Amino acid sequence: MENRIAKAFAKKQRNLLNVYLTAGYPTLDATVPLIEALVSSGADLIEIGMPFSDPLADGPVIQASSTAALLNGMNLWVLFAQLKDIRQRVPETPILLMGYLNPVMQFGMENFCREAAAAGVDGLILPDLPLVEYEEEYQDLFRRYNLRPVFLITPQTSTERIRRIDALTESFLYLVSGPGTTGGGTAQDPTKQEAYFERIAAMNLRNPRLIGFGIGDKASFERACRYAEGAIIGSAFIKALESKEDAPAAAREFVESVLN
Amino acid sequence: MTYQPNARGYYGEFGGAYIPEMLYPNVEELQANYLQILADPDFQREYQKLLRDYVGRPTPLFEAKRLSAKYGTRIFLKREDLCHTGAHKVNNTVGQILMARRLGKTRIIAETGAGQHGVATATVCALMGMECIVYMGKIDMERQRPNVERMRLLGAEVRAAVSGSQTLKDATNEAIRDWISNPVDTHYIIGSVVGPHPYPDLVARLQSVISEEMRKQLNEELGRELPDYVVACVGGGSNAAGAFYHFLDEPSVKLIAVEAAGHGINSGHSAATSVLGKPGIIHGSRTLLMQDEHGQITEPYSLSAGLDYPGIGPLHAFLGTSGRARFISIEDEQALYSVAELSRLEGIIPALETAHALAALPQLGAGPEDIVVVNLSGRGDKDLATYLQFADKLNSYEF
Repeated sequence: MENRIAKAFAKKQRNLLNVYLTAGYPTLDATVPLIEALVSSGADLIEIGMPFSDPLADGPVIQASSTAALLNGMNLWVLFAQLKDIRQRVPETPILLMGYLNPVMQFGMENFCREAAAAGVDGLILPDLPLVEYEEEYQDLFRRYNLRPVFLITPQTSTERIRRIDALTESFLYLVSGPGTTGGGTAQDPTKQEAYFERIAAMNLRNPRLIGFGIGDKASFERACRYAEGAIIGSAFIKALESKEDAPAAAREFVESVLN
Repeated sequence: MTYQPNARGYYGEFGGAYIPEMLYPNVEELQANYLQILADPDFQREYQKLLRDYVGRPTPLFEAKRLSAKYGTRIFLKREDLCHTGAHKVNNTVGQILMARRLGKTRIIAETGAGQHGVATATVCALMGMECIVYMGKIDMERQRPNVERMRLLGAEVRAAVSGSQTLKDATNEAIRDWISNPVDTHYIIGSVVGPHPYPDLVARLQSVISEEMRKQLNEELGRELPDYVVACVGGGSNAAGAFYHFLDEPSVKLIAVEAAGHGINSGHSAATSVLGKPGIIHGSRTLLMQDEHGQITEPYSLSAGLDYPGIGPLHAFLGTSGRARFISIEDEQALYSVAELSRLEGIIPALETAHALAALPQLGAGPEDIVVVNLSGRGDKDLATYLQFADKLNSYEF
């Protein structure tokens, strides 16, 4: 089955920019205008964060945006309603949903997949969904709805496990740049990091790779793109929206600052 | 029916290891090694010696005669409050720090609610000369000030968790984030039977010394190993897991888990997870969890800082839903009454958490021939500020 993620990587093999936004942040209705602004200014993939009360893998910036989004009234029902016509506005760009398992479980995994597919979502990033549970419980369901899972790889992930993740993936591999939660990229040892990126690059994996966590500006984006097909920016983008009246304008400005 | 987890850490439908990839290597390392380390004779020798000489085990099993007379049944108190550091928590931290050393870890992190687990962790870190960082909710730091100072005196760094409700759940989130950021040298000593597999089983096994001693002591005292009731309070559920452990497969022993109802189960200010919770995922475990209709975790409430956790350990979720354990909810007021009662009738000032277990006594339906063991999980020193705040009420009760 065709999927927009594969098409995007076929069309552009290098320097793909994936931008993460928190649904319902900075205002409840900002989700769709922000997606349009990101795509029109050059983002190649869009990752929509589904806010959760207890985002374990996220640093302070995304935590705060999640709390704000929940206070704004965001939930999965609202999000799917917002995304109803997104494919008329953004026909080609891959859209992924990222979030923690508990809200998805309460919504019901099958309902969730059906709604996501109906909205034109292409991939799912559920960081606390264990590989083994995915294989046994959800792989068939995801396939039925043509939703591609994306799994994380860290510097500590064993070679054997990376091969297994690669085999289960038909989208891209999410390379976590170093130890830490989202947004925490500054303290990482560049030599170690390069060795890790090069080790993964040399594995000749079948899926392309995007590097995330701690990527936040033109310099870090370009550096990441030397070791992978592209990179993911989240916290830095959310920060760029803070106290901005015109969020879509701030989004365009941010993407342009990374790409130009 | 088995009450032991399967190889992937499931008790029935509860348990497992729902963790982001960043935690996988550490958790897998523990999964692969914990049973072997626990079974290792050298480990056992060191652990048992520390339990005896450092913790002060075995703790007494004390027949509370005046309390028994009042409730018309035979009540024994398992005196975990007499453990070094004042609660059962140290049974687990002694075992886990020995395990951490065997895994080559040099840095210890922990979460704490009431501060008892934080103190117990800081204590063993001082004993072993290891770096110790304890995450504690900002609100808990205020209401359990003496424990914060004790941890600092023991050389630990106490970091305030300022997200969410600023209590135990948030302290646990911060500890997990620390572990994500320090994946190589750090061991996370979880204080309760919560978290990803193998923690619920690991902590239950390290606390199981409580019920192991109960059986022996009952046999010595009464010529029978099995009581009719075992009563323990449940926040995450570590003292209850330890008190129940060696009775799980003895169907004649009624297991009573006592939760904090706060201001009342339906007041919106409660921590009665077995009643208010639905299956969900918290801190890497599938269990009963207090959450809203959208799966957002709700803020629990109890006057006691050790019981206001929105989940319960997966073992307890299984014991509750399978009917093996009976859950009772106790409100703040009832717990305060039991604080005064045990203080005045038996000369023992219990921790506020423990008082919830005592407050369940009238609801057991135990007869004069029945043997009831209450796990006296901790002493009340740490709660003196709260008890002072309610001094008029506590002193007004007549016994």
